Amino acid sequence: MTYAFYIASIIAIAATFRVVTGTHAIHALLYLVVSFLAVAMTFLTLGAPFAAALEVIIYAGAIMVLFVFVMMMLNPGPRSVGRERHWLTPSVWIGPAILTTILLTELSWILTTERGVVTQTENVSPRETGVALFGPYILGVEMASILLLAGLVGAYHLAYHLGRRREEQEERGNTA
Amino acid sequence: MNGIPMEHGLIVAAVLFALGVTGVLIRRDILFILLSLEIMLNAAGLAFVVAGSRWLQPDGQLMFIFILAVAAAEVSLGLALILWMYSWHKTLDVDCASKMRG
Repeated sequence: MTYAFYIASIIAIAATFRVVTGTHAIHALLYLVVSFLAVAMTFLTLGAPFAAALEVIIYAGAIMVLFVFVMMMLNPGPRSVGRERHWLTPSVWIGPAILTTILLTELSWILTTERGVVTQTENVSPRETGVALFGPYILGVEMASILLLAGLVGAYHLAYHLGRRREEQEERGNTA
Repeated sequence: MNGIPMEHGLIVAAVLFALGVTGVLIRRDILFILLSLEIMLNAAGLAFVVAGSRWLQPDGQLMFIFILAVAAAEVSLGLALILWMYSWHKTLDVDCASKMRG
């Protein structure tokens, strides 16, 4: 179980690194799916099977499928790969990389000052999670539902006007 | 069977978060910036789950569910805005969107 955690976290970090440094959009997306699956594996080893299932279904499934759809609509071809290579020069990434590395070192140093605390290996079952979700956290559920409603209305609004704009452009193209 | 030291789990979350921050800072393609935001949200969720596993409480997983809801709402709006931006500027370069009402 312990080895599974370390292997999965190494896979997650490596795949995420490839996402950040990748030039081809679809390849980066597939690496991100791999990263999410690896994080789901670490959730399993940490005794959170419900969170692992949600990670696979919603993150690696639904959200990434949304990204795939948008990439199919935008169709970034080989031209954008060359452009990405052109943008990602060392002079661009060296500064932010050094700064975040310093921050990460500080954070790791703070996190390792208190050693020897070990996570539990028993599972927190979906039943307990559900009872807590609709018990003391019911206000949070309502707030999440309002947030999702706002997202739905916003996405509908944007898509509706985008569609009308496309129609107008097509009409203008036909008349001209 | 031994558990995993808590600091190792938190360090994995911190590394993933730092990679996400670096991605937001160095990329100019707005699609990659959105992907990096997803990485950061996911890393925060991992930290919550590690903490929930440390105290054997369901609260960590609950926070992960809320983060999931935030990520879903954010990504739907973000992708719609990306489509708008592509329709306006015919590119995904964030530097092109530097003017308001441009």
